[in-house]
Amino acid sequence: MLYREAGQFKTTYQADQGIFPIAQDRYVVWAFLAVAFLVVPFFVNDYWTNAVLLPLLIYGMAALGLNILVGYCGQISLGTGGFMAVGAYASYKLMTSFPEMSMIVVVLLSGGMTAAVGVMFGLPSLRIKGFYLAVATLAAQFFLVWLFNKFGWFYNYSATGQISAPERELFGVVLTGASAQTWVKYLFCLTFLTVFALIAKNLVRGRLGRNWMAIRDMDIAAELIGVRPLMTKLSAFAVSSFYIGMAGSLLFTIYLGAVEVGEVFGINVSFLVLFMVIIGGLGSIVGSFMGAAFLVLLPIFLKNFMVDGLGLMPVMAKHVEILLMGLLIIFFLIVEPHGLARLWQIAKEKLRMWPFPY
Amino acid sequence: MKLKHLTAGLAALAIASPIAVTTAQAYELTIPSLVYRTGPYAPGGIPFANGYADYFKLLQERDGGINGASINFIECETAYNTQQGVECYENTKGQGESKALVYQPLSTGITYQIIPKAAVDEIPIFTMGYGRTSAANGKVFPWIFNFPGTYWDAASGMVNYAAAIEGSAADLKDKTIALVYHNSAYGKEPIRTLEELSKKHGFKLELLPVDHPGQEQKATWLQIRRMNPDWVFMWGWGVMNQVAVKEASSVRYPMDRFIGNWWAGSEHDVLPAGEGANGYLSATFHAPGAEFPLHQEILEKVYDAGKGAGDRERVGEVLYNRGLIAAVWTVEAIRKGMEIKGSNEIVGKDVREGLEALDVTEERLAELGLPNFTYPVKMSCAVHSDPGTVLIQQWDAAGGDWKVIASGIEPDRDIIAPLIEADSAAYAAENNITPRDCN
Repeated sequence: MLYREAGQFKTTYQADQGIFPIAQDRYVVWAFLAVAFLVVPFFVNDYWTNAVLLPLLIYGMAALGLNILVGYCGQISLGTGGFMAVGAYASYKLMTSFPEMSMIVVVLLSGGMTAAVGVMFGLPSLRIKGFYLAVATLAAQFFLVWLFNKFGWFYNYSATGQISAPERELFGVVLTGASAQTWVKYLFCLTFLTVFALIAKNLVRGRLGRNWMAIRDMDIAAELIGVRPLMTKLSAFAVSSFYIGMAGSLLFTIYLGAVEVGEVFGINVSFLVLFMVIIGGLGSIVGSFMGAAFLVLLPIFLKNFMVDGLGLMPVMAKHVEILLMGLLIIFFLIVEPHGLARLWQIAKEKLRMWPFPY
Repeated sequence: MKLKHLTAGLAALAIASPIAVTTAQAYELTIPSLVYRTGPYAPGGIPFANGYADYFKLLQERDGGINGASINFIECETAYNTQQGVECYENTKGQGESKALVYQPLSTGITYQIIPKAAVDEIPIFTMGYGRTSAANGKVFPWIFNFPGTYWDAASGMVNYAAAIEGSAADLKDKTIALVYHNSAYGKEPIRTLEELSKKHGFKLELLPVDHPGQEQKATWLQIRRMNPDWVFMWGWGVMNQVAVKEASSVRYPMDRFIGNWWAGSEHDVLPAGEGANGYLSATFHAPGAEFPLHQEILEKVYDAGKGAGDRERVGEVLYNRGLIAAVWTVEAIRKGMEIKGSNEIVGKDVREGLEALDVTEERLAELGLPNFTYPVKMSCAVHSDPGTVLIQQWDAAGGDWKVIASGIEPDRDIIAPLIEADSAAYAAENNITPRDCN
């Protein structure tokens, strides 16, 4: 009743090709963004920012990047943790070598460097496919972690191999380091995510995205109709790694401030982001965010609910949480194998018929 | 009508009750405890967390808190994971009247994470014998304390022990020491000191990293069998320790030449290797065992009342005792802070003052029920880690217990002090910190 497009006429091609053709969708998205940008910054405290919102935004960015590669181009990657590490270490080297450099440039350049590394590790994808490619990218994961642990140049020869982000300002307010205000960190990550989500949405709707999907659906047929596999696969690796690199850079500079490569960017991160993409929905932008929200927010919610709400012992709560997370993942994948994004789509379709379905 | 009255009454009660409770209660001290009872490092995390919790429990049961202020002890599970550690830190730091008073994260990763935050949030961090070694320099790190000794003290103490067994420091020349270490910030800590010491004494240092979590060490120990070093030192934690001890016994490396640091020498590290672990050495800074009056009191007042944090049989394990001494020193610092402020309504800032003025003598330890348990510590504005003395304990597989076989081993502070100075100066420069004046 409320959600239907009857009476919304498109008179230009531009309107017809909009990202959100239904007016109600547009209103909801604008309202959501308005709340996120104009309301939330006034209410966030340390806990909400550092424990909930920043990981959500940053993992959202990483999941978005991986979804471009896995969901849109069909190339399985298990190297996400390693690529995030490239972004983080690139940021560290840039921040310490060029103290004057703006943080926006640092994050973008870190993404760029990760893209270059991603293309390099994407080269085998031209010959190997499926599970074999997954193994090749797994090698990237282990190689990159080993690399950053082994060579002192990457961590400026510090005694422990830890890297820590020095304090930097942006437009006169402190952005990185311990004295940064929470709303600054939040807005910085939110802006990056919003801008690049928009870019990603447009990329996958354009020629490049169609090429990716053609390769994903049937690479031989795609080749026959004139899609060049080399360019297409490598561009998917480049764009995907760019996003993942930015996520790694934000994770290190804004969120954690100090990281150790083996622990923060280990193989478990690669799996975590892959699960986000699978649970959220392969080949869906909004699905990436839903998957990230599911895997970032649910454990925190369960923990707070069980420890503060039910008064369980923290260790007991942890065990129950691990159990419940597993069960919920299985439950959602049985209910809808195409992920949360598909559930959301079905809900929207039902809503259009509501209350008189035929 | 009746229902309306009932709801109104209930609502009034709900509003009134918290007020009634807060006015009746004494000042509450929030003591957060970041623990890991799950994950690959849980074997080490559990006994430490139990020792830490039991001491606060004892004070609450016996004395009703510390100097009349009751204790609000909050455990938060981190699984040794940095991000969950951040969540725990943010979750607990603002709780209660006093806010969090002091943190003891028992993880190098989480420590590095909260070092810069400590100064902003004004909460001291007591990383007892772990964390960032150069935090021993109180001029650059006013909020961080890592007494009674740092990893560099431990490394140097272990070398000095090896020298004593070989005969003298000169006998270390042309010997080989292999360092098996957890390939992380934690494991890399001693390398710089050992390199300096190898230059000084002329021994050869071989570095053998083991990746997280350390279950796979076959290749490492084959390498050791091939190079046959005179000594093997280990910086391990969690499951890595027991695997290393097992592998060492299976390549028949002499156990009395294999020294773990103080995080690689607890019961659960050696028990899986059975007889093969007999004679394994580890550094420590306190005695093992449950024969001390304080342990008896904990068993009597906490465990007999069914309020113990862990198994009764495990009271007195090496890491349990370490958690216990961590809590004892923390409480002494809180008492000192109350004394300086002249009131028991303290916050994190006052505990920092207390830690800096801490002076726990042997008499005080005996008073607390821990005679001859550890050595006295005394802090000051500039020195946040003292005295760094190392004890060496040995595993007796037949008796099933650790025995201290060497004590009072002094580290080479003239090698370590300049290293601490240099590393903390580098940190200060990188983070625009002006070292404070301590005169």
